Amino acid sequence: MAKSAHKNQLAPGISRLSRSKVFSKRAAYKVAKESKPVATEAPAQGEHKSYVKNDLVVALTAKRNVMSQALEVRKAKATHKAQRAPKLRQSITPGTVLIMLAGRFRGQRVVFLKQLASGLLLITGPFKLNGIPLRRVNQAYVIATSTKVDLSSYKVGAKFNDEYFKHEQVAKLTGTEEEFFGKEAQKKAHPAHKIADQKTADKDVVAAVAKVPYLASYLASSFTLSKGQAPHTLQF
Amino acid sequence: MAVLYSKGRFLGFKRGQRAQHENTALIQLENVNSKEETTYYEGKRVAYLFRAPTAKKGSNIRCMWGRITRPHGNSGVVRAKFRHNLPPSAMGSTVRVMMYPSNI
Repeated sequence: MAKSAHKNQLAPGISRLSRSKVFSKRAAYKVAKESKPVATEAPAQGEHKSYVKNDLVVALTAKRNVMSQALEVRKAKATHKAQRAPKLRQSITPGTVLIMLAGRFRGQRVVFLKQLASGLLLITGPFKLNGIPLRRVNQAYVIATSTKVDLSSYKVGAKFNDEYFKHEQVAKLTGTEEEFFGKEAQKKAHPAHKIADQKTADKDVVAAVAKVPYLASYLASSFTLSKGQAPHTLQF
Repeated sequence: MAVLYSKGRFLGFKRGQRAQHENTALIQLENVNSKEETTYYEGKRVAYLFRAPTAKKGSNIRCMWGRITRPHGNSGVVRAKFRHNLPPSAMGSTVRVMMYPSNI
């Protein structure tokens, strides 16, 4: 297959090779540069001295190098985007009872505690009432009900952040025979400090729930759509 | 087990009289009869479930996911776009309209 002959110009005025490439191709670095003396014209006797600055005239009348546009490198625009957590829906405030729509606890009612830095919501069952531990959930997978638990005097511990809920890195398999046959496949016990954290976090929430009649059994019950019920008609 | 979806029927694809566009499916939602009522469902995810002879990941039930994009007409029918177009054999079958992503 014959090589296609390269055109000198990609388009009228735009050469295929950049100025530096042309310079090196022509080996112009070998040619000694001749310095031209800059000639300043002194006004002849009797002629008017021009009051217009010479450089300005040069600048205004200079022809734009058509090729320079193609040779200019575009600088990337500096972005001013900031990573921010998604806005919390107005209906979700600390103490709101939420309905989980997906995941392991779908249909269950939980209490909202606070929004974490990542934007996920920190919720708790409370564990004593419905078996749901401190957990993170995305607000898109949750319906906020109008029922609120009074958590005004309660402050969520600062230790409950995204780092606390991150999954532990699973240990890499070393390829031993025992591992292959699954002898090590025992359920890891839930870390004791997390059980203790759950108790301290839930203490005030459970107390606030106990003040409202039927709220504890409400949180223990789950939500479901019955026959003929359309979600768009429901008032949450 | 909690039922957290409402049902819909896959009526067919978006079409003119003589040409159909399979990338958009038409879904008739249960108990939804006007365009105003469909605003709740916009953006909601839709699942078409079907059975296959071979089991994948321990189940014979498979799922095709989509989202409700906009209303279709004035009587509560909606348009939905699926990750992969629905098979024509699904016409007339039930589709699950989930309650998420929620905006309530």
